[in-house]
Amino acid sequence: MVGITGYGVYIPRHRIKVEEIAKVWGADAQAYKKGLFVEEKSVPGPDQDTITMSVEATFSALKRAQIDPKKIGAVYVGSESHPYAVKPSGTTVAEAIGACPDVHCADFEFACKAGSEAMFVCLGLVSSDSIEYGLAIGADTSQGAPGDALEYTAAAGAAAFIMGKDNIIAEAIDTYSYMTDTPDFWRREYQFYPRHASRFTGEPAYFKHILGAGKAMLEKVKMKPNDFQYAVFHQPNGKFPQRVGRLLGFEKKQIETGLLCPKLGNTYSGSSPMGLTAILDEAKPNDLIFMVSYGSGAGSDAFVWRVTERINQVRDSAVKTRDMLNNNKSYLEYGTYAKYRGKIRKGE
Amino acid sequence: MSSPRYWRGIPQRYRLEAGKCKKCGKIYFPPRLICDECKSREFEKVNLPKEGKILTYTIIRVAPSQCTDQAPYAMGIVELSAGSTGKDGVKILSQIADCDFDKLEIGMPVRIEFRKIYQEGEAGIICYGYKCVPV
Amino acid sequence: MRDVAIIGVGMNKWGELWESSLRDIFTEAALLAIEDAEVDHIDSMYIGCMSSGLFVGQEHLSSLLTDYLGMGPIPATRVESACSSGGLALRTGLIDVASGMNDIVLVGGVEKMTDVSVHGATFALSTAADQEYEVYHGVTFPGLYALMARAHMHRYGTTRKQLAQVAVKNHYHGSMNPLAQYPQKITAEEVIESVMVADPLRILDCSPITDGAAAVILAPLDLAKKISKKPVVKIIGSGHATDTIALHSRKDLTEIKSTERAAKIAYEMASKSPEEIHLAEVHDCFTIAEICVIEALGFAEKGKGGPATEHGMTTLGGKIPVNTSGGLKSKGHPVGATGVAQAIEITKQLRGEAGERQVKNAKVGLTQNMGGSGGSSIVHIMEVV
Repeated sequence: MVGITGYGVYIPRHRIKVEEIAKVWGADAQAYKKGLFVEEKSVPGPDQDTITMSVEATFSALKRAQIDPKKIGAVYVGSESHPYAVKPSGTTVAEAIGACPDVHCADFEFACKAGSEAMFVCLGLVSSDSIEYGLAIGADTSQGAPGDALEYTAAAGAAAFIMGKDNIIAEAIDTYSYMTDTPDFWRREYQFYPRHASRFTGEPAYFKHILGAGKAMLEKVKMKPNDFQYAVFHQPNGKFPQRVGRLLGFEKKQIETGLLCPKLGNTYSGSSPMGLTAILDEAKPNDLIFMVSYGSGAGSDAFVWRVTERINQVRDSAVKTRDMLNNNKSYLEYGTYAKYRGKIRKGE
Repeated sequence: MSSPRYWRGIPQRYRLEAGKCKKCGKIYFPPRLICDECKSREFEKVNLPKEGKILTYTIIRVAPSQCTDQAPYAMGIVELSAGSTGKDGVKILSQIADCDFDKLEIGMPVRIEFRKIYQEGEAGIICYGYKCVPV
Repeated sequence: MRDVAIIGVGMNKWGELWESSLRDIFTEAALLAIEDAEVDHIDSMYIGCMSSGLFVGQEHLSSLLTDYLGMGPIPATRVESACSSGGLALRTGLIDVASGMNDIVLVGGVEKMTDVSVHGATFALSTAADQEYEVYHGVTFPGLYALMARAHMHRYGTTRKQLAQVAVKNHYHGSMNPLAQYPQKITAEEVIESVMVADPLRILDCSPITDGAAAVILAPLDLAKKISKKPVVKIIGSGHATDTIALHSRKDLTEIKSTERAAKIAYEMASKSPEEIHLAEVHDCFTIAEICVIEALGFAEKGKGGPATEHGMTTLGGKIPVNTSGGLKSKGHPVGATGVAQAIEITKQLRGEAGERQVKNAKVGLTQNMGGSGGSSIVHIMEVV
């Protein structure tokens, strides 16, 4: 049996409301809120990035896993906003948590799917006994170009999972991946903001891949949507995951626990992994969880998780996702947000 | 900050690694080569606790050049909890992030978080380390 | 050990001296001291300077400044102890003369601070603090003293107005010193309403950035009595002590232990008590510093430095006037020169040459110069003989 032995999340305290962004660009806030099903998004402080959030999420995961960090054999950070273009995020995370030097590190990038692919690879290494424990992180401080639709959702957050064979709180029953070359969203080298192909990001991209991975996953494990207590999908906005869930045959109540986007925004590589943490905060032993990520370019990783008895022992050992999402918030004005996000051109 | 200087301090900046005198138990942060109390030269590595309380604080309004983007920011001298040692906790100076300035007070409990301290311009290294945040 | 006296002093007006280089301002002060002492040679020289390397890109001041002084290839030594470099240079010169090694010794201090930007100056000054465990985290010197101020206010009830009173008093004294950089009188309201730098300290709680130099001539007391045409000022006590470089490593954040220790040594050497001191020049780099220092020197009880200042104890005409020169606040603070300039003010007062700001019947004076947040302190006691 392989699976999650510990999980943790990190969300910066800063938020900006859709209205505040819309005001600056003369846009219709209500239309955006309704169209995207997003009210506000998280914003990293000037002293927070993918690495710092990854470290903090991992400390929570370690509290739940209750293992010596020296036993972690792999640290994989999935992000499209690694602070360095060249220099791994993973080594800083590994050093900060005390996993160095007997550890393998790699940074993953696959648009919004980098976190779930870190999870996928860790599960594989653990099940092959190459490592005892593997740390998989999905984290991003996503940037949307000022005034672009992405600016209303591009958010910051991190989820960390320690995969192992002992003390499992959620067993990975099976996985399935579905990939094609689809140029729906990208960022070229040296570009500050990503570009996207507008409505092309929908049907041939997000929906095709999640449906493709989701249907194949259900067939592979021979289960039906109503076998699951929970389902979580990538959340580029609040609307897509609900629609894709319906198309796969899931109901609203299975999706709403893991649906963080309306108050969090799109945390890219952190998105569906953070949704999974919110579900683990609530789930009962033997509950089944269906998860499908999506990353532009494009592909989806699907997972079927079964929660174990141990969840009840460790759930309260670290901060819960909804608590971090709903408490201690600090709302920013657009000017401060622009300063924090490096959107203001300054002198030397 | 040059790479070697930054790198040398990583155990302290990232993990609050301190030296504990094997003879008298006094904890030094950063670690030292000789104990000023008992003159012993044998130490073991310990990581400092990640909770403490504010002994004094200020709000830096005029910041050094590498920190101007973060100003204004609070800084405090924080005494980390001593646990069961029966001695005073180790004191550190750090920024107090994510706080409301008007709610800061002496004695306030804080905990350590891993944060970016500053970066060497747009192209230099990024310097990480500990900051405190309100509990 | 031989007794040592100050037989000459030299200083020009301090400020933003755009037209003068470091070598010029030092040489001017040194020549004034040589003229004042009426000596035709000097045997050796000590230069207090904190950071000519960062401020003007120049090290090796011993060679540069003897070269430009034109007194021959004499031995010269640069002394560095952050903002107490000047005080330490004086103590080093004192030891040189007392030991019998040299007779006529020039002790100078200099800092040329305005050739760099404000950020450059902030950085240079910050090197007096612990680079890895204080400065790394974004603290500034106003920040460190603000941490002390907050602790002092919390523990002893020291008020915002009492802090302001230090600045008001020193600017009042400075208004009578033609060499002061900022001789303007200020009010407590102006201090309290000035721009916040690091809560609770505001810009008018802080000493300025200054170009300046100061120099004194030392000689053995016996020789001084023979050659000096002015009252001879004997250095009767000298104390020097250090403390942790990092403020947070200290047991008590409201005390300046290095000053307390240095003062104890100096008082013992001079066989004087705080009550026998007629005036003092102390290191008021920030208003809170003067409050902590007058407590450490024993002029006020622990925690009573604020009320003592507020009630005029340290104002000209009070029980023990402090910083009649205007102090670092009004006279300016070219860091390496400050400690030497303090000795100049005491010498002038003891000689009865302080003009408008003269302390009546001043016979015994004290100087206190400190580095960093109190990581080093030097105290001297002088008496007119």
